[in-house]
Amino acid sequence: MLQIRNLHVSIDGQKILRGIDLDVQPGTVHAVMGPNGSGKSTLASVLAGRDGYEIEQGSVTYNGQDLLDMDPEIRAREGVFLAFQYPVEVPGVTTMYFMREAVNAVRKHRGEEELSAGEFLKLAREKIGPLGMEADMLKRAINEGFSGGEKKRSEIFQMAMLEPRLAVLDETDSGLDIDALKIVADGVNSLRSAERSFVVITHYQRLLNYIVPDYVHVLSEGRIELSGDKDLALELESRGYGWINDDVVPQAVAGV
Amino acid sequence: MSSAVEQIEGLTAQEYKYGFVTDIDQETLPPGLTEDTVRFISAKKEEPEWLLDWRLKAFRHWQGMTEPTWPNVSYPKIDYQSISYYAAPKSADDKPKSLDEVDPELLATYEKLGIPLEERAVLAGVAVDAVFDSVSVATTFREKLADAGVIFMSISEAVREHPELVRKYLGSVVPPSDNFFAALNSAVFSDGSFVFIPKGVTCPMELSTYFRINAMNTGQFERTLIVAEDDSYVSYLEGCTAPMRDQNQLHAAVVELVALENARIKYSTVQNWYPGDKDGNGGIYNFVTKRGACRGKRSKISWTQVETGSAITWKYPSCILIGDGSVGEFYSVAVTNNHQQADTGTKMIHIGKDTTSTIVSKGISAGVSNNSYRGLVKIMPKAEGARNFSQCDSMLMGDRCGAHTFPYLEVRNKTAQVEHEATTSKIGEDQIFYLNQRGIETEDAVSMIVNGFCKEVFRELPMEFAVEAQKLLGVSLEGSVG
Repeated sequence: MLQIRNLHVSIDGQKILRGIDLDVQPGTVHAVMGPNGSGKSTLASVLAGRDGYEIEQGSVTYNGQDLLDMDPEIRAREGVFLAFQYPVEVPGVTTMYFMREAVNAVRKHRGEEELSAGEFLKLAREKIGPLGMEADMLKRAINEGFSGGEKKRSEIFQMAMLEPRLAVLDETDSGLDIDALKIVADGVNSLRSAERSFVVITHYQRLLNYIVPDYVHVLSEGRIELSGDKDLALELESRGYGWINDDVVPQAVAGV
Repeated sequence: MSSAVEQIEGLTAQEYKYGFVTDIDQETLPPGLTEDTVRFISAKKEEPEWLLDWRLKAFRHWQGMTEPTWPNVSYPKIDYQSISYYAAPKSADDKPKSLDEVDPELLATYEKLGIPLEERAVLAGVAVDAVFDSVSVATTFREKLADAGVIFMSISEAVREHPELVRKYLGSVVPPSDNFFAALNSAVFSDGSFVFIPKGVTCPMELSTYFRINAMNTGQFERTLIVAEDDSYVSYLEGCTAPMRDQNQLHAAVVELVALENARIKYSTVQNWYPGDKDGNGGIYNFVTKRGACRGKRSKISWTQVETGSAITWKYPSCILIGDGSVGEFYSVAVTNNHQQADTGTKMIHIGKDTTSTIVSKGISAGVSNNSYRGLVKIMPKAEGARNFSQCDSMLMGDRCGAHTFPYLEVRNKTAQVEHEATTSKIGEDQIFYLNQRGIETEDAVSMIVNGFCKEVFRELPMEFAVEAQKLLGVSLEGSVG
């Protein structure tokens, strides 16, 4: 579904990603972990198509298409979803209006009928209930005055509405208490399917107790230094990221 | 606009052909403004002596006045002697015969705005009779209004049919000597609307549809007078979201509102005159004086404006709150793009006790435009318990435009409460990206963000116009974010 090959990315001349390789098969969950500044969020932003990143080398192929060649809204309509680390407030625009436009943009792109107001509302109510949010939230302006937890749950709600094929979760666990974390994780788990893949970016192993990944990758200084299964996350938890930098990197440099 | 320039140049080049007072059969006056011009206009409209005297007094006053220079706008000096002050409405022969003869770009804009088909032709200046029977539409409206006792007609007709009302109220809110442009308007006003709502009557319809069909070609010096007697209500909508074709560069309108006891007047404007091209050539100069007097107790005047057009806008719809407990409101969205300049805001003059006013202003600047809010809140010594709340928000698109706020506060009563809030924000790339990431394209994202920003004002507009105004904002800002 997603193939990242030798991806080098810089911001304002500063190298952030230094040769990322990653393969994501349909239906799999990949956790990308790493210390602050390792390039995790850059990877998420580049996949979603945010401006200001220079792709110096490499390629990203998504369902056989050149992902980097697509505008952000086309990527979204093709099924790439980014759950933002810092969801943006848009005053005066209700979540309901926003999501209806978004859902219909995606449906139109897929050649499906647009949803009527009634159909949309019904769908929205179905999706919002399990996230522990009131349908009233739909009438509020996008993320305006939302608590940290509400913002993250709103991201998961939007993901449920848009039914992406590839969902990238950028530190969705940050700032969540344990109850909110469980709700968010349940939301993600309920969307897991044979066709849908996830790239879960996180600093802490904690989230992975609830969203159990098929693969774990450790990002350090712009490269994936280690890959493994879910046990790698546990090892990181007990040994810390220092273990990667002190141990693995010198070995890699030495060609071990 | 080139055709307007050509026309003005053409007229300027014309020789002086006609005597003013003797020959009133001509349809267009050559450029120039003298007492004779004023007499000619008055004679042409068969006005009574008192009105001619009123105009002449205004003209004499105007001669001694100078154009204001305090607005935060710049434009080449206007030569008032190079303007023609009277042109009869175009005859059907000169107008396009059908929509096929109309500029396709204009039609495309109507399409985007969702203007009803039958109205497009009228707006594009197609000879109306060729399209549909506007006379019967107008008559239907008129009968309905007459049944309710509402008077709604052109001010020229009102001068003939209700001289006592016009004489009583004309110039009572905006005196002819008020300011340079008001004096000019008083001297040479072409036509406009007159509305009278008798005591206890709620006007049975929005005075908008009728207006859109009938008030075309009222000319560059428009004069509007609305009087609401005790316990009456009227909602009046001026203008149109569709870009209007207009041959005149200078527009100096005067609008006067009078609200008696418990009366409520809601006055909404959507202004989308030609703003000039992308390089700042051409465009309308819109120098307007709008003022309402809340004369009766608990009366209310509410101004809502959406200003997207004109090269220069100079406009401060104001409320004079005389009656105790009267209420003034001003809700404004002003959008400037490319080289447009807007200096707009309001004045709230609190005279009576327990008067309240609310100001909500949203300025959006794009391109290399300049957008200023200028507002005065004045609390007079006897205005015990007066309250004002002002909120002025500016949004910048790009980094070559300007947003300015000039709030003036004069408080002379210590029981008054005055609040002012102001914000300036830049349309966020992160906001646009967020919406993009959900499948919404940039143009729609900008439109969504801007409409959200203006929501508090749009909800004051009559429903069908709120929808058009939202689309209008999208069209006005097209291409302003890359």
